Amino acid sequence: MGFKGYRRPDGRVGTRNDVGILSTVVCANEVADAISSQVRGTACFMHQQGCCQTPVDIRRVNDTLSGLGRNPNLAAVLLVSLGCESTAVEEVARRIGDTGKRVETVVIQETGGAARSIAEGVLAAQGMVQEASRWERVSCGIDELVLGLKCGSSDTTSGLAPNPALGIASDRVVEGGGTSILGEVTEFIGAEHLLARHAENPKIGQQILDLVKRMEERAKSVGADIRGGQPTGGNIKGGLTTIEEKSLGAIAKAGTAPVRAVYEYGVAPSVKGLVVMDSPGREPEILTGLAAAGCNVIAFTTGRGAPQGFPFVPVVKITGNRRTWEKLRDHMDLDVSAVMEGAETLPEAGHRIFQEILEVASGKLTKAEISGYTKAMDIYMVGPVI
Amino acid sequence: MKTDAIVIKEVDNVATALRDIQPGEEATVGMGETVKRVRIQGAIPYGHKFAVYDIVRGEDVLKYGEVIGRATENIPIGTHAHIQNIESLRGRGDLTSGGH
Repeated sequence: MGFKGYRRPDGRVGTRNDVGILSTVVCANEVADAISSQVRGTACFMHQQGCCQTPVDIRRVNDTLSGLGRNPNLAAVLLVSLGCESTAVEEVARRIGDTGKRVETVVIQETGGAARSIAEGVLAAQGMVQEASRWERVSCGIDELVLGLKCGSSDTTSGLAPNPALGIASDRVVEGGGTSILGEVTEFIGAEHLLARHAENPKIGQQILDLVKRMEERAKSVGADIRGGQPTGGNIKGGLTTIEEKSLGAIAKAGTAPVRAVYEYGVAPSVKGLVVMDSPGREPEILTGLAAAGCNVIAFTTGRGAPQGFPFVPVVKITGNRRTWEKLRDHMDLDVSAVMEGAETLPEAGHRIFQEILEVASGKLTKAEISGYTKAMDIYMVGPVI
Repeated sequence: MKTDAIVIKEVDNVATALRDIQPGEEATVGMGETVKRVRIQGAIPYGHKFAVYDIVRGEDVLKYGEVIGRATENIPIGTHAHIQNIESLRGRGDLTSGGH
């Protein structure tokens, strides 16, 4: 069992074969978007960062853009730079090029404005797409899957059907030798000691606890306590009794595999199996972080219906809410609401999710890819804009 | 088959109602591949939990195969299990070390 993917020069496997148009700074977004809109086969990544930030965050922009460019779902990369930004554009180009893929850069201030840069970028991207079109899918094992886990716009159904079912699918990926990445550290709160217990060793367990503490400290530093009033009145009315129960519903999507490592935001895992990555829960930042870490497919559970995908990583939307499935058909890929009705077991739903992940990895398009609902992305920053 | 409630992991001692269940009803509870029948003692709203075994005061309450809290009184089988008879263990020093 496996899927058909694109085996890249660095040995990693892509599930898509896009040419990435990556903006290196917020000021270059318009040009990157214009280039991409004129060249079929490209995927554009835009964000709000890259200038007037602390060195910590600029380093993160460099690392994240490098990680995105290195993602095996991209056959080649065109960087679109303004010219005066803080982002280390040459370093990013070199780090992407180290994978063996073609990288070119258009610099707006050198080329002479948006119009000329768009023309130059379109020509470069056309050539890259033509080259990329020669790649063929080959048979790949489950061990080549790097699955990102995410839940958003959750409701009562999330912790009962889609999350535990995704956990079963994630366990299948890990059993097959693949990688599964759990982010959303904010949603570990209240269940971190339980997640830490699933760590492969006490050191990794402590790293998980430290990660949660750091996330709490970040919230406290602006005078807020994210743990206050949890579970909320609405949660209690919906049947959630304790904060442990609420967070367990969220981390259920990671299944039962041991946590093998803990990584900073956007860092590509050097081990296989289930790993934890520092990230907030908000969609633009976590989806970018998972893509930068090398995820070639992302599974995203939702209750009320979160709409977005990611420009070049397929995001499979799974809901356990029948109403959301019926009302948001243009955003949802898989319906597991039969579990909520007692008509399907969790193992059956988990199996369907696993099969869908394999089909999507082999090329089946997700709704977010078809609709192109992928533009509002960003990079997770820790400091202020200065 | 369609069931009235679901148990996430077989070790769990509470089930979650998949519809509003009335007192006196015999609810069907899906536990993985098997189905258990439980006589309901009080009204259980959709999304709420009830005991699928007799839970004694002080016993851990299990959902997802994990401890979600502790029973503050006896919770007989079929009884609503919620904030009136379960307390959070959050903040207990012996449970936040992560090593037990």
